[in-house]
This record gives sequence, C-alpha cells and structure tokens, in this order.
Amino acid sequence: MFEVIEKRVLSPVVSLLKFRAPHIAQSRKPGQFIIFQIDEKGERVPLTIADADPEEGTITLICQSVGKSTRKFNALEKGDKILSLVGPLGKPSHIENFGNAVCIGGGLGIAVVYPLGKALKECGNYVSSIMGFRSKELLFMEDELRSISDELHIVTDDGSYVRRGLVTDVLKELIDEGKKIDIVFAVGPVPMMRAVCDITAKHNIKTIVSLNPIMVDGTGMCGACRVTIGGKTQFVCVDGPEFDGHQVDFVELSKRQSFYRENEKISLEMMNDHKKCWEKESKVK
Amino acid sequence: MSKNNLTPKERMQIERQPMPEQDPNVRNKNFEQVNLGLAEEMAIMEAKRCLQCKKPMCVQGCPVGIDIPAFINLIAEGRYLEAARKIKEKNSLPAVCGRVCPQEEQCEGVCVLSKKSMPVAIGNLERFAADFEMAMGEIKIPPLPKPTGKKVAVIGSGPSGLTVAGELAKMGHQVTVFEALHKSGGVLIYGIPEFRLPKKILQVEIDYVSKLGVEIVNNFVIGKTKTLDELLSNGYDAAFIGSGAGLPYFMNIPGENLNGVYSANEYLTRNNLMKAYLFPEYDTPIFRGKNVAVIGGGNTAMDAVRTSKRLGAEHSYIIYRRSRAEMPARIEEIKHAEEEGVEFLLLNNPLRIIGDEKGWVKEIECIKMELGEPDESGRRRPVPIEGSEFTIKVDTVVVAIGNGANPLIPMTTKGIETNRYGNITIDPKTGATSKPGVFAGGDIVRGGATVILAMGDGKVAANSINEYLK
Repeated sequence: MFEVIEKRVLSPVVSLLKFRAPHIAQSRKPGQFIIFQIDEKGERVPLTIADADPEEGTITLICQSVGKSTRKFNALEKGDKILSLVGPLGKPSHIENFGNAVCIGGGLGIAVVYPLGKALKECGNYVSSIMGFRSKELLFMEDELRSISDELHIVTDDGSYVRRGLVTDVLKELIDEGKKIDIVFAVGPVPMMRAVCDITAKHNIKTIVSLNPIMVDGTGMCGACRVTIGGKTQFVCVDGPEFDGHQVDFVELSKRQSFYRENEKISLEMMNDHKKCWEKESKVK
Repeated sequence: MSKNNLTPKERMQIERQPMPEQDPNVRNKNFEQVNLGLAEEMAIMEAKRCLQCKKPMCVQGCPVGIDIPAFINLIAEGRYLEAARKIKEKNSLPAVCGRVCPQEEQCEGVCVLSKKSMPVAIGNLERFAADFEMAMGEIKIPPLPKPTGKKVAVIGSGPSGLTVAGELAKMGHQVTVFEALHKSGGVLIYGIPEFRLPKKILQVEIDYVSKLGVEIVNNFVIGKTKTLDELLSNGYDAAFIGSGAGLPYFMNIPGENLNGVYSANEYLTRNNLMKAYLFPEYDTPIFRGKNVAVIGGGNTAMDAVRTSKRLGAEHSYIIYRRSRAEMPARIEEIKHAEEEGVEFLLLNNPLRIIGDEKGWVKEIECIKMELGEPDESGRRRPVPIEGSEFTIKVDTVVVAIGNGANPLIPMTTKGIETNRYGNITIDPKTGATSKPGVFAGGDIVRGGATVILAMGDGKVAANSINEYLK
C-alpha cells in the first residue's frame, strides 16, 4: 500500500498528492511516469511524476479529474492509502543545453512541463514557458513555473487571467518577433500538441511532445498504448512517453484515445448515482 | 484397497474416466470453470487404470520429474492428502499444472496405455489430489532446513520464478521475488482465463510458496524501479530472471492500430487481471464485440476466442494460416472452443484490417492459403492462393500470434547475452546466463512456451543456484 502524506488542491479539477514511495523517488528522472491503481476494483492509470524527493522518499503527482479513476484519485486525503504505485516507467527526457528552450503546457500538461523546465534550466538553457488554461479558476503552479522560467507567458481561453488566447498565439508571436528557438517541448491535450507541431514544423523547430494514451501494464507487455511514429508502431510505455512531435500520427492518437469513451460515461454515471445514494443516506441519518 | 488387488489385464479393462464439464451452451456465457473435476470414485477408478510400470515413461515425460506412479497409487488407495504431498515434493503448483499442462505431449503422451487405448488421465488426477488438499484446508509446509544466509533475487512471479523461489526456499536460502504487476502469478494471472484456472486456486498455490518463506514484492519493475546490477551489489548473492515473453507481436498489416484491435496480451490482461468482464463493477473496460476475429492457433488464441464468446460475441472466429493439424494449441482447448461455438477459418491469412471513418474496425480482409513444403519449423509452409481474397464483417480483432522477449532486463543489465530474437541465452544444463551468478529460464529464454517447461527451467536453475552458492 502507498500512503498519501500531503495533499493540496490546486484548482477545482486539479490536485497535488505526495506519496511515500522511496524506491521510485530514488530512481526517477524527469519525463518518467508511474501507474496507479486505487483499489482492487480500480483501473491502472498512468500519470507523470511531477517531482520527487529522494531523501524524503516521496514522489509528487498531479492529477486532473476527468473520469471515475482520476476523480477518486483527487478525492484522496492525507493518510489514505492506495493499492498500487509502480514506476518509474518510460524513458527519461533527453535533457541537454539546447540554448533557447520553449516549454508549452496546456492544463494538466503544466505538471509534466514543470519537471522538464526545471531540468532544462539546471542544464543552462534559457527557458521560456507558455502556460495555457481555460480560465483563471483552473490555473495552477504559476509560482513554480515562474521559478524555473526565464520568461513566463500565461494565456486563458476566456481572458479571465493575464490575456485571452491560446498557447499557439504566444508561440507564433515569439517566432514572429524573430526569437531564436532551439527546441520546443509541448505537453497538453492532443489537439494542442498537434497545433503546436503544425506551427513548429513550418519553421523547422524541433518539437518534443509527451503522450498519454490508454495503457494497461506499462512495461511493454500489452501494447494498448501503441502509436504511429514516423510510420512505425511504437509503444508509448517503453519507447516513450516523449517523441518527436513532427513524427506523431495525431489523428490516429485522437481516435485511439476515444476507444472507451462510452464505458467512461457509464463508469462516471454509476459513480454519480452512488454519490447521490450516499448523500441521501447521510441526510437521513 | 491395495495396488495388488487388480491384475494388469483388469486394469486395462477400465475405461478412462471422462472429466465432467459444464454444458457448452451454458459455459460459453459464464466465466466459471469448464472442467468440473473428477469425483472421488472416478478418481479412484482412473487411478486403478495405472499399470504402475517398473520403468515409468511418464516420469521421464514430466519436466519436473513428479513420481507419477507413486502419487496415483496413493489416490487408488484413497490416501489423497499423501498423494498431494508426494506431488509437491517436486512441484509446488500442482493445482495449476493439473489444469494447464499439455499432458498429451508430456506425461500422458508417453504413457504405456496410450499404445493400446487411452493414457491414464495423469493431469486430471494431479488436479484431483491438489484440489482435495485445498478443500481439506490441510496444506502442509514441509520442514525447512537451517537458513544458509544466502540471498537470491528472482525476477518475475510466473511459473518459472515461483518454482525457482519455492525450491531455493526449501534449500534454506532467503528468496525475494520481484513482480512488476500488482498481483503475482505472471502469465497465470494475467493470461489464463478464470474458466481454465480460477484465480482463487492460483492464489492458494502462490500463498504456499510464500509460506515456504519466499518474500514477494509487487509493483517493482526490475530495470526501472531498480536494476538487477543494483540488487546484486546490494546484498543479493545470485539472481534468476524469469521475466517472461512480454512483448506482443503484431502482423504489420494495415489497420492494426484501429479501435477494436487488441493484442491477445491486452485482451486477456483486461479480462483476467483487471476483471473487465465485471465492468462497471470493476473500473477497467473491454470492448464487447459482436463479431470477433482472433488471429492465431495457439493456446492464447483459444483463450482469447473463448473469452470473446463469454463477453457476448455472436460470431467468434479463429483465423489461422495453417490447417488444424499444425495448430499449436492443446487438443482439449481446440475441442472446447469448437463445442462452445467458435468458428474456425483454417488456411486463411489476414491481409489488412479495414476501418470506418471514425477509426473503428469494420472488416478484415483475408486470403486463402494452401500448404507447401515444410519450412524451418518443420511444419508445411502456408502459401497464399492468388485471387482468393475475401472479407469478413468483424468489429474486434485480437492478434494472438505470439510474443517476443521483453527487452527491459537485457537492456539495463551489464553482461547479459541474448540471441537474435532477444531471448536470453543460457547453458541449458544449468540455466546459467553469461553473467556470473545470474540464471534464467521460462519464456524469456524459450520465447512463448508452456507453464510446465518454465517450471522445469526453474527446477534446473534452482539446483544450479544452490551449487553456485556453496
């Protein structure tokens, strides 16, 4: 069992949980992920390791509520224990002094971009970060990202914070201003990563994306997470999760992400029904 | 009752006792065990068929060398617990082996009786004794020797890992098994369906290995959480790699990444390990296809296709490029699949999978094959018949054409030699790898093989590790 030793609610849909997991904390490198399973009946869900403290023996995970499993995860409190936490999985990010690095995070992608940006900064890169959120309410980790960035740009879809726009608007501006960009890291929803790659491809800027497809075992055994990279099938769990964004077949990836959409709805409805029953019961009492 | 009661002639007149089974049309809609087990009187009757050969061929045919005539005689005498313990002298997982071993190729295949009639149902009797011991709740731990103070790391909790661990514990060594998944058992837990091997039965046998003093650490990926070299420099005196053949092969034909295409590993893992057949009570989903094509002819293909029926498929097909005679699956599994309504499309090879505009499987295109000259595997090579292409309407395709070696351990361990398929090379007499103190066995060495061969490897390696530690 793995114990939650700290919890912070970062936004109405995003929580940060620190777990005691000494072996993972010691071996983990930026870009790697874990798979969690809350209880016997739960699914196995991959999640990037946002941070780790080898001395304290803890890892930090940041999760956005989407379906049943992520909601249950975000409902955990300090002292709660989960059945399984396995990792670190996947290949670590390739970090070197590229020169000027642009880190783009959309929504939960920020949690992946943060350790990346931190490592890039420590390696001597000039780090420009672009964070995008739907609205101010959903913003998180601004201070953390600011602390590792030479410049930080924030955009919100609805203009409720800093400025209205998309991360790609900022990227375009940087390019138009003639800023020399040596590498772009983009992590977020598939359409966002795809849009970033469309722009950088035109300008021939190397772009790395971190993919988060459906996965089961996470060690190369099941093949659920396969994606087409440069015309070849790769397994994200062992060959990734980071890939050259210009080689990724995003259309196929989007379709594969939607494989269990109907089932996810059923799961969520069931969970909500249970919640209603439970609320009724507690009222009666 | 003594074995001298019957003459050999009388023994040979007894007919092989058929294993009671669930009705095919009932069982293809549930995940309960297909084979119901021998009743006591049937087991005694079957045991009496054994001729108690002076030079028993069956023992030679068993990769772990169980004293088969001795345990069968104990059953004939009604001494079932003793029979179970006799088996356990050589085999820590008798309830598993009694269910999943390819007996027809091993012990039963060489039984003297098979020349005249049907061989003794050794597998069914093994299962009977093991189940009896479990039902009595009298699982006995043998006396263990004084600890040697030596530590051994075992990678993988599948059949080879559990065997090596159990044997080494019985020799007094301190053993830790590292398992990547949250549950132990390897292919026994993620691959073999409940209807062939109930998880409860498996758990009792894993618990037995634990009770021998073996520590099992789950959620621990060697090569990721820690490397093998780190273990060896941190107090482990030797190691055994039994990490299995976990890397699914695909056919490399168009359409393999469409929604609705599964590797057999994924399909079975969702269903067995994660209990997707109980969705939404369990959170892991599986797509319940109406028309399911499973590609392949091995036991894994049979497990997948029979699973699809139980998930509610109207048509479940096996598509196999050779003929029935070349199918690698156990005869019993093929028979069971047939009885359950699986449709066999033999001598057919898939060319491409066709999807709809949303990226879901719609059809599979195949070509008819004929058998030519034998190839390097000794089986007649299937050759396509030009112009014989046709399509079948399917919404699910499961690819069950085998697995390659998972490269994680060879990649992250210094000095481990592999062959051109990525399998770890060993000295077959000892199980030793190219790295001193490191041994290997099971599917990571053999490619996809059987449970009992993996256990045989574990046995060999345990003896070598014991020698190495002296």
